[in-house]
Amino acid sequence: MKIAVCVKQVPDSWAEKKMVNGILDRENVDAVLNDLDEYAVEEALRIAEAHGGNEDGGSNTITVISMGPERATEAVRKALSMGVNDAILVTDPKLAGADALATSAVLAAVIEKGGFDLVVCGTESTDARMSVVPAMLAERLNAAQLTFASKVEVDPAASKVAITRVTEAGVDEMHAQFPCVISVVEKINEPRYPSFKGIMAAKKKTIETRDLAAVGVSAEGAWSLVADATPRPARAAGIKVTDDGTGGEQLVAYLAEKKLI
Amino acid sequence: MSNVLILADFVGTKATKTNAELATAGARIGEVTAVVLAPVGQGSAYAGAINRGPIAKIIVVESDAFVANGVAAVADVLAQVIASQSPAAVLIASHAFGKEVAARTAVKSGSGIITDAVDVSADITATQLVFGGSTTVHSKVSHGTPIITVRPNSIDANTTESTPSVETLSFTVADSSKKATVTSSQPPVQGSRPELTEANIVVSGGRGTNGDFSAVENFADVLGAAVGASRAATDAGWYPHSYQVGQTGKTVSPQLYVANGISGAIQHRAGMQTSKTIVVVNKDPEAPLFEIADFGVVGDLFAVLPKATEGIKARKS
Repeated sequence: MKIAVCVKQVPDSWAEKKMVNGILDRENVDAVLNDLDEYAVEEALRIAEAHGGNEDGGSNTITVISMGPERATEAVRKALSMGVNDAILVTDPKLAGADALATSAVLAAVIEKGGFDLVVCGTESTDARMSVVPAMLAERLNAAQLTFASKVEVDPAASKVAITRVTEAGVDEMHAQFPCVISVVEKINEPRYPSFKGIMAAKKKTIETRDLAAVGVSAEGAWSLVADATPRPARAAGIKVTDDGTGGEQLVAYLAEKKLI
Repeated sequence: MSNVLILADFVGTKATKTNAELATAGARIGEVTAVVLAPVGQGSAYAGAINRGPIAKIIVVESDAFVANGVAAVADVLAQVIASQSPAAVLIASHAFGKEVAARTAVKSGSGIITDAVDVSADITATQLVFGGSTTVHSKVSHGTPIITVRPNSIDANTTESTPSVETLSFTVADSSKKATVTSSQPPVQGSRPELTEANIVVSGGRGTNGDFSAVENFADVLGAAVGASRAATDAGWYPHSYQVGQTGKTVSPQLYVANGISGAIQHRAGMQTSKTIVVVNKDPEAPLFEIADFGVVGDLFAVLPKATEGIKARKS
């Protein structure tokens, strides 16, 4: 199988994020591989390992695809050290401020060119948190959409994937024929730590970088524009009481006073 | 007058209260048409359930593909309805399904998309709270038909009864939108409690529960609240992951959020700090969550919550 995994480099979840000129300031924060994409990398590895592996002589290849500034190679390298075969990073100054539509157009063009059976993604990035890119990829690639998977079963001989989809609307069992775009929820697996061997091997793996011209799409900018972004005033602490046996009653009295009960 | 489409929101066969919220926001922009996508033969039953809020008209499309093929089929037909109605904007509920429908519809109709709006103004400017609610952003779609998903529970809904006209239209779901097949669907297992992201009150528990959520659940039930959990609690396996509130879980914005035994890491705050009123119960007086609490009780949740539960029961009787 040819498996593509889409990953994004994001500001560290713990870092304070700021908007500059309507775009997230990515330069002045620590950047990491999006937490939720690690589950996608892990799931792709497990799918490959369950069906002939992706090491030398294995019957599968896993390619990580990312779009971002040049420094996104760090996040991509992490995926390589976990065990994927190779990586493509689309980087172009014209893509600064790209929205999900532009991002999905770029990723889809790269995936289509390389050919694929499965595309595996996380459910969202921890910075934009839109949860829309996997669905957009399925639409653009004319592939089956199997998203929010908490369980993935692949039958390569039958070119079939079955998943359990878990959302606030409940639990669905779904299946489709290749090609499929899969997104996996957190907790589908426990992502492996890169081993020393994996880290050393990753240094020798290639990260191919492409600019927009090489990708061959004109996907610049965004179709929604930020008019203004203002930090909200910090919430001030209110009343704080220490429980002397009446804490419960005081809590009820407060809720009643605020007409919340 | 311009025309605004809302995608009618259902859980199973039940219309959600989000419909009135979408309609309220939509009516600021123009006349609201609700798009009801129903299984074959059930269009009028589904349409009949959309009866609250400023809705002028209902367009019904029937197809069994909406259930059998999910997001792709819904987006396929919604894009065709957009093409036939040329609305000024399309508003959709901002949950996993709604956002995915919006995503595919945006690609199909060549339109910009904004997700997780907490408000939409008459000039179709969306308000979003980003970075865990620490920043307010106003943005506008600059291309095509604005497709905006609106977070449940964010807009004060006009819930007056409406008697919209109903028109049934016929559109075909393309085979390319039937690539994924849904073979079974189970509603979320949550007993009688309200859905976490829709609830007016959320009572949540963290590390301080030590795995015993009974006090948290009892307090939630007496308030008619949803139960949430911190990542520490879900990681420990004390509560199902689907109840996690936080950066990697659900974002909630209820009228009242009661956090019990949760210290308040940024990870958790990101999912709840836009709640209207925040109450914190924690043994540790230094717990960072007290910094954003409107009312805090320094004390053992197993002592405070049962008394509060009894207190509320006493008021009700």
